[in-house]
Amino acid sequence: MTTTPMGYGSMHRKEDARFLRGRGNYVDDIALPGMLHGAVLRSPFAHARIVSVDTSAAEAHPKVRAVITGETLAGLDLAWMPTLSHDVQAVLATDKVRFQGQEVAFVVAEDRYSARDALELIDVDYEALPPVVDARRALEPDAPVIRDDVEGRTDNHIFDWETGDKQATDDVFARADVVAVQDMLYPRVHPAPMETCGAVADMDPVTGKLTVYTTTQAPHAHRTIYALVAGLPEHKIRVVSPDIGGGFGNKVGIYPGYVCAVVGSIVTGKPVKWVEDRSENLMSTSFARDYHMRGELASTKDGKLLGIRVKVLADHGAFNGTAQPTKFPAGFFGVFTGSYDIEAAHCEVTGVYTNKAPGGVAYACSFRITEAVYLVERMMDVLAFDLDLDPAELRMKNLLRPEQFPYESKTGWEYDSGDYPRALRKALELVHYDELRAEQAKRREAGGENLLGIGVSFFTEAVGAGPRKHMDILGLGMADGAELRVHPTGKAVLRLSCQTQGQGHETTFAQIVAEELGISPDDIDVVHGDTDQTPFGLGTYGSRSTPVSGAATAVVARRVRDRAKIVASAMLEVSPDDLEWEKGRWFVKGDPEAGKSIQDIAMAAHSSLELPEGVEGHLDASCVYNPPNLTYPFGAYVCVVDVDAGTGQVRVRDFVAVDDCGVRINPMIVEGQVHGGLADGVGMALMQVMAFDEDGNHLGGSFMDYLLPTSMECPSWRLGETVTPSPHHPIGAKGVGESATVGSPAAVVNAVLDALKPYGVRHADMPLTPAAVWSALHGSPLRTDLAIT
Amino acid sequence: MKVSIEINGRPVAEEVEDRTLLVHFVRENAGLTGTNIGCDTTSCGACTVLLDGESVKSCTVLAAQADGHKVTTVEGLSGKDGDLHPVQRAFREQHGLQCGFCTPGMMMASVSLLEHNPQPTREEVRAGLEGNLCRCTGYHNIVSAVIDASGQEVDR
Repeated sequence: MTTTPMGYGSMHRKEDARFLRGRGNYVDDIALPGMLHGAVLRSPFAHARIVSVDTSAAEAHPKVRAVITGETLAGLDLAWMPTLSHDVQAVLATDKVRFQGQEVAFVVAEDRYSARDALELIDVDYEALPPVVDARRALEPDAPVIRDDVEGRTDNHIFDWETGDKQATDDVFARADVVAVQDMLYPRVHPAPMETCGAVADMDPVTGKLTVYTTTQAPHAHRTIYALVAGLPEHKIRVVSPDIGGGFGNKVGIYPGYVCAVVGSIVTGKPVKWVEDRSENLMSTSFARDYHMRGELASTKDGKLLGIRVKVLADHGAFNGTAQPTKFPAGFFGVFTGSYDIEAAHCEVTGVYTNKAPGGVAYACSFRITEAVYLVERMMDVLAFDLDLDPAELRMKNLLRPEQFPYESKTGWEYDSGDYPRALRKALELVHYDELRAEQAKRREAGGENLLGIGVSFFTEAVGAGPRKHMDILGLGMADGAELRVHPTGKAVLRLSCQTQGQGHETTFAQIVAEELGISPDDIDVVHGDTDQTPFGLGTYGSRSTPVSGAATAVVARRVRDRAKIVASAMLEVSPDDLEWEKGRWFVKGDPEAGKSIQDIAMAAHSSLELPEGVEGHLDASCVYNPPNLTYPFGAYVCVVDVDAGTGQVRVRDFVAVDDCGVRINPMIVEGQVHGGLADGVGMALMQVMAFDEDGNHLGGSFMDYLLPTSMECPSWRLGETVTPSPHHPIGAKGVGESATVGSPAAVVNAVLDALKPYGVRHADMPLTPAAVWSALHGSPLRTDLAIT
Repeated sequence: MKVSIEINGRPVAEEVEDRTLLVHFVRENAGLTGTNIGCDTTSCGACTVLLDGESVKSCTVLAAQADGHKVTTVEGLSGKDGDLHPVQRAFREQHGLQCGFCTPGMMMASVSLLEHNPQPTREEVRAGLEGNLCRCTGYHNIVSAVIDASGQEVDR
């Protein structure tokens, strides 16, 4: 594996060279001359009116340069900013605070310790208000109104959205032999990237140019939003996303801290750094999930699915900051019909405000597909429980067949390609499913407290947002640009609008060009993250890089190849039609010796060689790729757990994951992506939750309480693959980054509940901590999102 | 107070406040930004360095406590000619890093682990790295990397 392939294949990462030596350049590594440090004062209350804010003592601190409050910002018309969901969010609270941890004031000081000291000197007088904590009570007539900033608003309702055919669905339910119904909660969790969010804002008072180095997954979109928010001309804003220590959807939106750093720099005339600490990250930046779901499956008595019906109550927190395309307030939850052939489907989603931090779409969710897949995969096991069928068999019976693709789902999604039964068979073989069931039967017969559970999850993802006609974020169509320049000596630079946060784009995108042009990946520099240097596009999230930017890259490489053909024809003095391509060179048909390598052609393209009329020299090309459809990767996962009935402790003993993301550009990197996502699944299923008490106090605000899986909770993952290319993608590749996070939680939960089946446990909510499992075993599954139930 | 620490073989002497954390001293006074900060509760291990050869979380040591001691950071791992340490080489070979943020701390913990147990099993590696969180790799390839660095065959 050590050699660099001239195209696809496992190769070691180009970016590792700096990370291994501690030479990455993350936001907090940036130090500019005269740089000051900012810190945010946060609300201790979930819901309270602000009576007064006294900053005089903080301002008197000898190292403090500025104290900014909501009032300061209101004077600049910046106290509120637009969110990605066409709502507004307070940058610094003016009227009241709406969640614990909300931003109230911003101190700029000479060093980070002094900035924190000065926070203690700010005196805020709050008048506590009753909070809305339980989403199920948010719409009760006497619920306190959180968003009284909006004139005329009298409740906490955000939106209603529905999809599918209600009448047709009700009809199939009416004639079904069996209807399985289950309420379930996908609890509020947090992506918790190892690096928190931060920014260094540098307003040059002479040129009027603002540079913001920041943890953003979407630098170009940020630039545009800064322009709209701050009223600065867009060409005077440069957003730089340097190395990012993980994103996982946490770093898509704009946070108040970024805006405060910008204002701090404008006010002081110096660069201002703001880097949040972990508790700030967990308490105030984008959470994930928090979907209260009622699933219903209709089937015949032998387990043939007929229809699916779903109702969702979505807790969006105090501001609707959810990141998703404009027309999709519940993201792509519409793919909740999953991988199954059914007759009808219908779903309703209602979004509500609560006194919690905003967010919702994050943590490798592909715009709510985590929730959709969890719902349908949990429901399949509930149905299997009711019918006393093997959950793998029930799935096999209902999976879409390869000949049904492209398949238009009952909610209007056109799945591009898939061979589901093959992937499921492969996973079952790899895990030795039949032997496990035999072992389980034996153990159950023997009795005892050592329980074996086997959980299956089969998922279909929908990634690569997306077709501009349907998908935009704040009016920006979800296309992505790519620019490729081949230098005279045949080396190249590729400029992208997407932004890696560890997914290996610097390596894999060079491999796409290498495959198309026959230039070694080592000779291709991939530039991203700097809005002054790269073409416009919407960034990296939703596993959209390969589907959109990957496609753009292949297209620009092919455009370069086409131009190279004309240059080669001039060099060889033959008609372009007489030339044939093999990787790295054009040659004369029937005369393989007469050819020109891409390197020769590059030099000639920059030389005095006479080119045909209208043909520019220079092997450069650009492209904006507007995808015709999403890509629909899929996978079959099987999790095996041992559960100690005495303590409720769960140990993941084995995990088999078969993923199909079409053509694999770099299998080593794909496997690493899957490993990381599987760990997410174990974490969410067994450990992670952001709970609240009745006063709205956040009970998961540090790594002492918000538990992430360590090396001890994760097994040695076992992976398999099948390859079903995307027919509409230029290289047949589908996204994959989020697949494992989407597919694995249901597999782990299904495994634990499978172990508990003899105890009559049909469902219990995540996270299945030892306490939760023990309670479920003793007949009372816990509700885990609230300390009170 | 004046603090003098030998970092990667080079003495760094600086006047700092008593409360200065070693991680900030390393990053800001010594300018070695490989060592990272991932939490505020000593949970994540991204700040792991060697203090007199033992791995410590430098967010939970005062610079003053390290006064007169030797600290090794990720920048001190590779040889003078830029050659990678066996642990660095193995992390690359086994794809034991993605975003790279936990990597310096993870490698320093691994160096310490191998010092104490030169031929660990995969389970022993997992137990030895429990104090280091990673959000990208799912740990599998990190375990493989440590096995590889120990000179043992990697059985994936």
